[in-house]
This record gives sequence, structure tokens and C-alpha cells, in this order.
Amino acid sequence: MSGKRLVRMTVNGSPVEEAVEPRLLLSDFLRQVLGLTGTHVGCEHGVCGACTVRVDGSTARACLMFAVQAEGCRIVTVEGLGPAEALSPLQEAFREHHGLQCGFCTPGMLMTALDLIEKYPLASDAEIREGLSGNLCRCTGYEHIVAAVRAAAQRRREPSS
Amino acid sequence: MKPAAFDYLAVESVEAALEALARAGGEAKIVAGGQSLVPMLNFRLLQPALLVDINRIPGLDFIAVEPARIRVGALTRHHRQETAPELREHLPVLSAAMAEVAHLAIRNRGTLGGSLSHADPAAELPMMALLLDAEIATASPSGGRRIAARDFFLGPLATGLAEDELLIEVAFARPAAGSGWAFEEVARRSGDFALAAAAVTLRLQDGRIAEPHVALTGVDETPLRAGAAEALLDGEAPGAELFAAAAEAVRRRVQPNTDLHASADYRRHLAGVLVRRTLEKAAAQAAGGRA
Repeated sequence: MSGKRLVRMTVNGSPVEEAVEPRLLLSDFLRQVLGLTGTHVGCEHGVCGACTVRVDGSTARACLMFAVQAEGCRIVTVEGLGPAEALSPLQEAFREHHGLQCGFCTPGMLMTALDLIEKYPLASDAEIREGLSGNLCRCTGYEHIVAAVRAAAQRRREPSS
Repeated sequence: MKPAAFDYLAVESVEAALEALARAGGEAKIVAGGQSLVPMLNFRLLQPALLVDINRIPGLDFIAVEPARIRVGALTRHHRQETAPELREHLPVLSAAMAEVAHLAIRNRGTLGGSLSHADPAAELPMMALLLDAEIATASPSGGRRIAARDFFLGPLATGLAEDELLIEVAFARPAAGSGWAFEEVARRSGDFALAAAAVTLRLQDGRIAEPHVALTGVDETPLRAGAAEALLDGEAPGAELFAAAAEAVRRRVQPNTDLHASADYRRHLAGVLVRRTLEKAAAQAAGGRA
């Protein structure tokens, strides 16, 4: 009974239908079945934040969900934020402020920051740091990441600036 | 770091969930938000034969404000409990505590019922259930029951829930009008489990403390109500000496663990400091509300 079963969802706007084992994590589904390797896998127990994606408009750890649970859901991965030639404002802010070094944590940082910007005022650096505290950067390049998120949050508050 | 194979059933009613649990005869686990369960599956600390997914059951994600209590559905996510205007207004101590639970991505998924059923001894929601004299409603093949939060938490990750029983709703008692409240937590990093946390509600009647509730988490086998401290406070005028005595009663009561994050002595020290601070804040707030 733990055989494969059909799961349907949209990933970055495209409908997807695949047969998967129930135990397949959403993170492995995205990377191995769909080939969307932008979602990174670090700890696989919900601590590092590298696999953060959007599920129906809010962030979730893709390593703490099974692909079968995403039946009917709208999934957005870092690939859905913007292509290299048309970066999203948040990605642009990360580039401007050198918000990445090796890039391993970056997809999770971007997905997390987007959700934070949408849900919290992020009026202070303390609030930004607290919001990002569930995403680990082993390069420890947090200063630049905070600067990038600060700029993106500010731009969202005052679009003309 | 991959789960062992399991069968998966997404149910759309409480009845279907109960039927699946009964059929599995103790070999099933319920998954809601999955924020504690899935790590345990990934580590293979748990290897259930069946995962019963209750996320699609309608009607379990709600907040109902009643005169004496606030009923919250088991599938209500932490982020909703953190931000819902009706909770911020009527149970602000709960909203404040929920903001300290893990990280946004976890709060987006984690549920009230899941946190109480998981019963981590350092989690915030079990402490809130105790603080607010919650009544926990369950469904089971024999019809379900209501369990007082005081009788619910039996030990680390252990509750009074039977294997065929599903937590469906929690009724938090509303503190009396004019009550003061406070919640304070110390964790190594933002979003980590508490090394210690304390929460207080109380009101002032003719300048004396009435209905003091003092709850703690992270400092014993389960979250707890500090009964001896409450008895000291009840009917007394608030003041530094009284609060110091209450903090001392708490330090004597708690039995914290030593682990790599903190020693038992440090946790006991924190318990006293946090109880004193929360009492000061709650009393000041109750006094302000009466002025």
C-alpha cells in the first residue's frame, strides 16, 4: 500500500502530474523528479531553511512536507521569482548589496525574505534578523543579506525611492 | 535522513480520520502541520505504517469568541494565532507567545492541535493551554471527551490522548476584564526552543492580586502551573518582596534538565527571573487598566 500514487499541483505556474511514493519529500520531488535544483537541501529536518518554498502563497520547509501533501497546491520555488534576465526586486536587492557568497542558502533566504516582506513591517534590522534567523548562511554573510532585505523592504514601503 | 516507507491517507472528515486510526490499530500517526512529526520521520525515530493527513478536514481551522472562552480549531496555524485580531484583542498573551514560536515558515504550517499533541516540554502552546485553563476537546470512536489542560500533559512528548483519539478543538478561558498579562522567554537564538519561558495573567481587586496564573515551560518534564507561587500571590498587594517570594517558590518547584544548551541551575535561575519580570509587567498593566 505504500506504492506510488498520483499527485497534481502547479509549480511556478505550470501544472505538474507525477506518480510518487508517499514518503518522497517535497524537496526531493522538486529537485529529483522535476529537476528544479534551485531549491537546496541542507539539514532535512527543518532547521537550516535552505529548502524554503512557497505553498499556496506562504513559505514552508519543503523538507517537512511530502510531495503527496501538495496535491492541488500552488508551489513557487526560487526559479519562479524571476529569470536571470529579469530579476525580481528582491533578487535585484541581493545583487546590489552582495547578499550572497557561495549561494547555497540564497534560494531559502529569498523565499523567506519575500514572505517576511509581505507579512511584517520589517521596520528595524532587529526585526529583519529575527525573521531571517531560521535560515543559516554557512559563509556567515549575514550583514549583506540583512542590507539586501532592508533595501527591498524599504523599496516596497516607498516604491518611488 | 529519508523516512521509511509508509502508506498515506488524506482524509476529509473527522469520522474518516477516526476510522483510519482505528483500522491501523496503533500503527498510524496523524499529520497536520508536520513541523515536529516530519523531522522525526526523516530521522526514522518514528516509522508508522500509515500517515493520516488531516489538513483537508474542513471546519477545524477557526477562532470563535464566546463570552467566557475562546474556542480555537485544532488546524489553526500558528501564524494565524499570532496575527488574528480577535486573539490579539482577547488573548494578547497567546498572540505574544506565538510570535516566539520557531520561524515564519514553521508558523505558516504548524497547528494548535499538533503542538499540543506533540507536547514538547519547551514549547509555548502547551504552556498557554495551562495558563489559560484550556479545555481540550477530542473525537474518538466512543464519542470524544473534554480534557482539562492540567490533566493532559503527562511527560516529555507524552499526553493523555489515546491512539484512536483526535484532538479537534481547544477552548481557552478568557481572563477577566482588566487583567494584566505578560510573557517572557529566553532562548539561545531567536526561534529556538525556550531555555525557559514564563507567562502570567492576573487582575487587581482593591489593590490586591486576584486570580493569579503563573505558567512556565522549558524548565521541567512538562510545562507547568506554579501553584505554590499562585497561592503566595493570591489576595496580596503587588510588590518587590512578594514577587521575589513567588520567584523563589518557582525556583524550588521546577526540575529542569541539563543539556548542551544550558545547565539545570541556569534554567532554574531563568525561571525565577522570568517569573519576577512577568509578574511586574502584568501587575503594572493591571494597575494601569484600573486607573
